[in-house]
Order: sequence, then structure tokens, then C-alpha cells
Amino acid sequence: MDGSLGWWGVALAVLGGALRVSTPFLFVSLGECLTEKSGRINLGLEGVLVMGAMGGYAVSLHTGSPWLGVLAAGLLGLLLGVLHALVCNLPRVNDIAVGIGLMLFGTGLAFFFGKPYVQPQAPLLPAIPLGAWSDLPPVQSALQINVLLPLGLMLAVVMHWALRNTRWGLVVRMAGDGADAARAMGYSVPRVRLAATAAGSFFAGVGGAFLSLYYPGSWNEGLSSGQGLMAVALVIFARWRPLACVWAALLFGGAAALGPALQSVGVTSGYYLFNAAPYALTLAIMVATCSTRRTLAGAPGELSVTR
Amino acid sequence: MTIATPVTVSAAAAAAPTPPDAGGSWRATSEAIALPLAALALALLLFGVFIAAIGKDPFEVFRLIYKGGFSTAFAWQNTLQRAAPLVLTALCVALPAQAGLIVIGGEGALVLGALAAAFVGQLLDGLSPLVVQMGMALAGSVTGGLWITGCGALRQFRGVNETISSLLLTYIAIALFNHFVEGPLRDPASLNKPSTLPIGEHNMVGALPGLDVHWGLGYGIVFCILAFVVVRATTHGFALRVVGGNVRAARLVGLPVNRLVLAACFLGGAAAGLAGMAEVAAVHGTANASLIAGYGYAGILVAFIARHNPLAIVPVAILLGGINASGGMLQRRMELPDATVLVLQGIAFMTILASEAWYGRLRIFQAGERA
Repeated sequence: MDGSLGWWGVALAVLGGALRVSTPFLFVSLGECLTEKSGRINLGLEGVLVMGAMGGYAVSLHTGSPWLGVLAAGLLGLLLGVLHALVCNLPRVNDIAVGIGLMLFGTGLAFFFGKPYVQPQAPLLPAIPLGAWSDLPPVQSALQINVLLPLGLMLAVVMHWALRNTRWGLVVRMAGDGADAARAMGYSVPRVRLAATAAGSFFAGVGGAFLSLYYPGSWNEGLSSGQGLMAVALVIFARWRPLACVWAALLFGGAAALGPALQSVGVTSGYYLFNAAPYALTLAIMVATCSTRRTLAGAPGELSVTR
Repeated sequence: MTIATPVTVSAAAAAAPTPPDAGGSWRATSEAIALPLAALALALLLFGVFIAAIGKDPFEVFRLIYKGGFSTAFAWQNTLQRAAPLVLTALCVALPAQAGLIVIGGEGALVLGALAAAFVGQLLDGLSPLVVQMGMALAGSVTGGLWITGCGALRQFRGVNETISSLLLTYIAIALFNHFVEGPLRDPASLNKPSTLPIGEHNMVGALPGLDVHWGLGYGIVFCILAFVVVRATTHGFALRVVGGNVRAARLVGLPVNRLVLAACFLGGAAAGLAGMAEVAAVHGTANASLIAGYGYAGILVAFIARHNPLAIVPVAILLGGINASGGMLQRRMELPDATVLVLQGIAFMTILASEAWYGRLRIFQAGERA
């Protein structure tokens, strides 16, 4: 056993990939979940993610602290989220279209300011070696967990609890399920959605910081492979349940790791097709679960995508 | 009928028939021209502030955008060359939008259309060039059309949101494209840059007469005019806009909603596929990764600025093509990153969308409120 595990290696690589690659999926899907719970869809999380990746990397480089980078990434995301919410709060403005605009704007800004950060190496986030018990290097590397993953898991649990058991959770769900009810209770629906979008974008920004500060661990313009875009599909897959977002994120991380893992054991034909696996999976899930006759189970009633 | 009420306000607003009263018509037209122009002016202002904030001279930037995009014959040629695919990919957004759909998968239809065109092009090689070109155009547009029709069908028959499905299908289309270009269809002679077999110089589509711009722009303009006529002046177009305005009403009066939606999707996808064919047949001569250049995404921006009006797409695409064309000059002369034009596009997109809120609310454009 000198590191070549054959097909077991593929399974291990998919598991490791799921643990490694799923973190940004987890953060963007939790962010999107919160936003959608308030009755609005933010298709611009891709822009937020890229902006967070760039900002987090830049701040980590300048301050020497990756944690400040994570914070900065979140705050940049929050700003973009506020922009999305403010434009969407105008009457008759379509939230999907604004999301596309935000995607363009966020990636444009990130590329604009990110040029000087392509070369230098910023301090990265530390890893937690969960695989230290094994002496097999592939096992060790597969079970090396980044510090943001436990944070994301905690966030999922907290969100699950807070949406059910707190006044704020109730207000958010009310704005998402029946805006009139929220209005009747004296809450300002636009303001609730502003808060939910801003917080959701904060999480997505943190997810972006993972990309540049842990894995792949550098900043360049091709950093994101559409994780922000897939957030919307992930949330539908998870049926708007934060805890289910965890499983969805792990599944997508594993699917994303399938192509490279198969390539490492010599299956090279169809490499690009395996790369498309997460997208095909999402589409298949949507085709299987959507229906023209009813809204999706668990979907917030005010959400435009599912009506 | 859970999909009966599309809340795609921007699309629906653009598709809504103009008010019937005679006095309101020109007011509505002037509103439809003045508001996007005002939004663009605001975008330029915000962009200028942004440029000033990072310590560069905004007026110099604007001057260079004009110079790089619209000053000389060479700049115009560059601009129109870049505008050509945008006209067609914008139609891929604007036509389904008439039926209330937001399709953002033009990029996928474009690359698959290009792949089909390149394949058919080298397959038919040997026949007369005109036949080859027509075969390529047919293959490209049918492939693109069927691809987007898939989004429409998923929406109509399975209730899958077309925005998300078209986006996912774009990723799948690009994966398919890469798979074929680097695998089964790869020209063994293309070493550094995997490409399909070239269609041959003699089969290439030439330039528009009197211009040094390829025929892709011609296809786009003709397609836009036809789309405008069909949407605004035929019963089918009217039916389509009724579907976009209110699906429930359309069903009640017995319009074939599914067929109309699928037809709009097919025509939109065909436009994007034709853009791919033009890039292959007039620019690259083969299908390779240069085709994945974001034309589909830029087309979304064009369609929204044009408010899904097929005729307005042409000038907007030329404007955006000019801004893109000036990117290189901004980079060389002012040491601004090439993403500068992306920032400008992003700002313009946001201000245009925000301007939706002011339709019908400004006193000067309202007929009755003068008194």
C-alpha cells in the first residue's frame, strides 16, 4: 500500500472531495436559503462569491490574517446583498434579472480590483487533520478538513433552529410565505427581505473566501466554477431546509470531485462529461421533483421561481 | 395552474401591448426611449465617479471608449464585429421574454450551434459553398433552437423554472462542446488548441457588401426585423404577448400557450445557434474554445437594456460592442484592467433594471394627468 488504492482511491477521493469542495456550496446554499425564505431569490450570489474570494484574499494578504480576510469577504458580500435588495425593493423590478446584473457587477468589480493579487501568496486558513490516525497519505489528505466546514455545519444547525424557534425566524418566514400577513402584523416586508438578503450574501461571501483562502487557495479569475449559480438549484434540492443544505452540499462536492478522481485512475475519456455531472444532477433532480400542478413542497409562497 | 402567474415583470412590461388611445402611443414610445437613455446616462455618471474614485481621469476614459469604439472606420469595424453575435444572443433572451420567460442560456445554444455548424460544414465539404453555408446555418439554428426549446418544454410540462434550467443546460452544453472538440471531433492537426476539422477557406461566409464586417451582423439585423414584425404585427405575435402578459387570460381565450412558448423558445435558440454558426463560418473557420467568449451572457444585458424590443437590440448591441472594443485601448493607454468594461456593464445593468420602477410614474409621459 504505497498510496495507490485503485478503485478504493476513487471512492476515497470522492469522499475527500466532498469534504473539501462542499464548503463553498454549503455557505452559498445556506445564504440563498435564508434569502429565499424571505420570499426573494438572489441569482447574483455568483458575483458575491467571486467578490468575497477576491476581497478575502486581498485583506488576508495585506493584514496577514486570513480570518480578517474571511470577515472582509463576508462584509463585501453583505454590501452587494444590500445593493441587490435595494434595487429589488423598487416597485416592479424583477429579482431574477437583478440577480443576473449583480452577477455581472460583482465579478466585474472583483476582476477589476483583483488584478494585483493574482501573483502574491496570501496567508491561508489552517486545516484540521482529521485523518491523522491513519498512516495512509491518501486517507490523511482526504480527511483533512478546513476550519470553515465546522463553522458552516454550525451555521446550518443555528439557522435551522432560529428559523423555527425565534421571532426573527418567524418574521422571515412570514415575509416569504405571506407578505400580506407580515404587513398586517406591522412588519416592513422590504426591510425584512433586505436583512435576509444582506445576511445571506454575507454567508456567500464567506464561501468565496474559502475558495481563495483554502482550496484551491489562490486568487485568479477562473476561481469559481459556478458554485454561486448552483446555490439556487441546491436550495431547491434541499427543499428550503438548512439541514438538508448540508447533504446537498456534500453531494455536490462529491459530484464535482468525481471527474478528477476518475482521471487519477486512468479514466480520461469523457472527462468533460464528468465535469458536467453536478449540473446534470441538479437538472435531473429538478425535473424529477418539479411539477406544473403544484408548487414544490416546502417552497416559500412568495417566491417567484416556484410560482 | 401554479405557473399561471409569471411575475416576470420586466419581461411582461416590455411585452405589454401599447395603450390603445392615440395620444398615449407616442408618449409611451418616448418613455420607452427616454428612460433607458436616462438610466444609461446615470450608469455613465456612476462609472465616472468610480473611475475618479480610483484616481483616474473619467473624461479621458470616456474619450478613449469613444475613440476605441466609434471614431475611425477601423474602430467601427471592430465594434460591429463584436456586436454581431450579441444581436443574435440578445434575441435568445428577448423572444422568450415576449412569452414571459427569462431564458439566460444563450451561451449554451451558441456553442452547440457552432459545433453542429462546424460538423455539418466539413461533412458537406465538396458541395457548392452556398449549399454548405446553408447547411451550416440550418444545423446551427436547429441545434440551438432545440436546446432552448428544451428549457421551454421543461417549464411547460414539468414546471421547472426556465431561468435555472437554461443556466444549467449552458454548463452541460459547454461540457458537451469540450468533449466533442477535444474528443471525437478533434482535428488531429490541431495540437495546441483543440479544434474540429476546418470547414475550409472556400466555404467561409464573406463580408457584408461595402463593409468589412462579416455576414453574422446581417443575419442578426434581418432576424431582428423579422422578429419585430412577427411580434408586433401578426396575430401570432399578439398571442405570444398575451401569454407573456397574462397566462391565465391566454388559456381562457383558448390560445395554444404551450405551442406559443415553445415556438418563442425555438426561435430564440435558433438565433443564438445562428450566432454560433456565424462565428464558425465567418470568423474562426472551425469550432474551438474561442467560441466560449461570454457572448450569451452579454446578450442578456443587451436584451434587458433594449427592454426585449427586437428593433432596439441592434443599436444597443452596437453600443455594447463598441464599449467592449475599447477595452483593449483602456488597458494600454490608462493601465486599467480589462475588467473595466465589465464594471461599466454591471453598473449599466443595475441602473437599467432600477429604471423599470419609473415607467408610468413620470408626469410628462402620462397622457391624462396634465390637466
